Amino acid sequence: MGNVPSAVKHCLSYQQLLREHLWIGDSVAGALDPAQETSQSSGLPAFVKIVEVGPRDGLQNEKVIVPTDIKIEFINRLSQTGLSVIEVTSFVSSRWVPQMADHTEVMKGIHQYPGVRYPVLTPNLQGFQRAVAAGATEISVFGAASESFSKKNINCSIEESMGKFEEVVKSARHMNIPARGYVSCALGCPYEGSITPQKVTEVSKRLYGMGCYEISLGDTIGVGTPGSMKRMLESVMKEIPPGALAVHCHDTYGQALANILTALQMGINVVDSAVSGLGGCPYAKGASGNVATEDLIYMLNGLGLNTGVNLHKVMEAGDFICKAVNKTTNSKVARASFNA
Amino acid sequence: MGCRGACWAKMAAMRKALPQRLVGLKFLRAVSTPSMGALPKRVKIVEVGPRDGLQNEKDVVPTPVKIKLIDMLSEAGLSVIEATSFVSPKWVPQMADHTEVLKGIQKFPGINYPVLVPNLKGFEAAVAAGAKEVAVFGAASELFMKKNINCSIEESFQRFDAVLKAARSASISVRGYVSCALGCPYEGKISPAKVAEVTKKLYSMGCYEISLGDTTGVGTPGIMKDMLSAVMQEVPPAALAVHCHDTYGQALANTLMALQMGVSVVDSSVAGLGGCPYAQGASGNLATEDLVYMLEGLGIHTGVNLQKLLEAGNFICQALNRKTGSKVAQATCKL
Repeated sequence: MGNVPSAVKHCLSYQQLLREHLWIGDSVAGALDPAQETSQSSGLPAFVKIVEVGPRDGLQNEKVIVPTDIKIEFINRLSQTGLSVIEVTSFVSSRWVPQMADHTEVMKGIHQYPGVRYPVLTPNLQGFQRAVAAGATEISVFGAASESFSKKNINCSIEESMGKFEEVVKSARHMNIPARGYVSCALGCPYEGSITPQKVTEVSKRLYGMGCYEISLGDTIGVGTPGSMKRMLESVMKEIPPGALAVHCHDTYGQALANILTALQMGINVVDSAVSGLGGCPYAKGASGNVATEDLIYMLNGLGLNTGVNLHKVMEAGDFICKAVNKTTNSKVARASFNA
Repeated sequence: MGCRGACWAKMAAMRKALPQRLVGLKFLRAVSTPSMGALPKRVKIVEVGPRDGLQNEKDVVPTPVKIKLIDMLSEAGLSVIEATSFVSPKWVPQMADHTEVLKGIQKFPGINYPVLVPNLKGFEAAVAAGAKEVAVFGAASELFMKKNINCSIEESFQRFDAVLKAARSASISVRGYVSCALGCPYEGKISPAKVAEVTKKLYSMGCYEISLGDTTGVGTPGIMKDMLSAVMQEVPPAALAVHCHDTYGQALANTLMALQMGVSVVDSSVAGLGGCPYAQGASGNLATEDLVYMLEGLGIHTGVNLQKLLEAGNFICQALNRKTGSKVAQATCKL
């Protein structure tokens, strides 16, 4: 409706729109601005920690092998956005995950900014030892709530995998290295279909009990919806305090932000995401992958929740990596903003 | 101190050593979820793809393609499909074939095919072409109104009043739209009170339903909540709908919030058709497929057959030679 070309000319530039709408910019530590008061009275957490998994989960699912120096530059840029946790790489065998073959060089090559943590994935003791030798100061272990997925993904049963993780987490604790636990297929499995909340709780409890300080519950194939998210969290939160939980939502079916909103309403305040929504889905050809960090920040800013992250800088890092892998961003905020 | 206790002590020490930013690790105070009200058992989806969607597509779609799209949508089980817009082709070339489209589509029993009318002249043309339901387009922003249809909000009410009076005489239902309900591309923030005022006016003039539109997709769930809280003080929830654009990826989350607040009518567009005239390259409407996926997952009845809907989306995307804007379609199509 209306005369479009002149409309565009007179409309607010996207920078102005973002500034006015979204309380963008460096958050002021301590000061409680009116937006935060609103969020507290609405029952949402005042602060949300974003765990950036783009360099690992994101790139891992990209077809093009990204050169080591690009990965390092990418991570260094992310370190300057205000993100406090950036998952850097994975110490898995390069036979299984060629994208992560340069794990040692990446770990050694990045600039470790003070106040930022750089966890790495370690599937077993061998990977853990390599990670530590390369300078890792935080690690993650990857469990699953589905037997079939565990078997196909890491070639062992859930029970066997727990045995391996116990070894890793025990060693980590001895060295004062925090360990994060992931539970894949928390809202559904590409092989088994629906997954019971009880199973997710059981696996989460095992990981928490062995010493993981935080458990990230992953909707690995993005099939979850707010109802299944709510049911799963209700079950898990009976055994594990919300403060030790995170959600890791894939956007394969466009449900990620709605699922994350549900999790926030239930008291979760740690959310994983990947800049530019990097990563496809190995189980649905052509599908999208992780929820985009930019779109997540946009929602959190709009809700008046503090993240400590600068959206503009994240968009710039996203622009950098998209040019490097030669693909268009999956972030709608980036798409709307860079073309305006 | 046992092993577990030692572990906790170590973690506590580590947390103290970490910078202030990681304060979120502290255990939260108990969080109530007042907004997690009971969700509606049924949601009526108003499919706006053939109108709002196509209107924002660059290429003009041939009339037979439009007709086929609408027929396929009818077969998918949608109960309301906005067919076209009786505006001047000078302003909206895509809708120049409004009469042929309305006359050419199959009118399935039980399905409504509303059309947009900007004024009395458009209304009369619509009725002559067989329209049984019409929609009028208001806005909560003066600047948007001026730039969009070249009049003030008050002047627009006068035009709509003429339409509503004529519609009442002809027993034709009228739906009202309020654009810029969560923000305006010219004015920026829009006060919930203003949205409530415009909505109340349209409702009192005789619109049976008011669709509150996040025209440029800038809204987030908190803003949606505040806006609906204000509007619901003036107009009952059952007479409200939300129309979310996905320009910034917020549409489904905003829609969920609206459902939690008691809204049970949602507008969407098959394949997420339509761009955004205010943000070049940006996406447009919430995709009907993705909405249906969420509602089905929530156990909410829609009456829509997702498979047939996907087929309709696939059809129009091929005709437009564009990729779908629906993530569900993207995930299920083997390309």
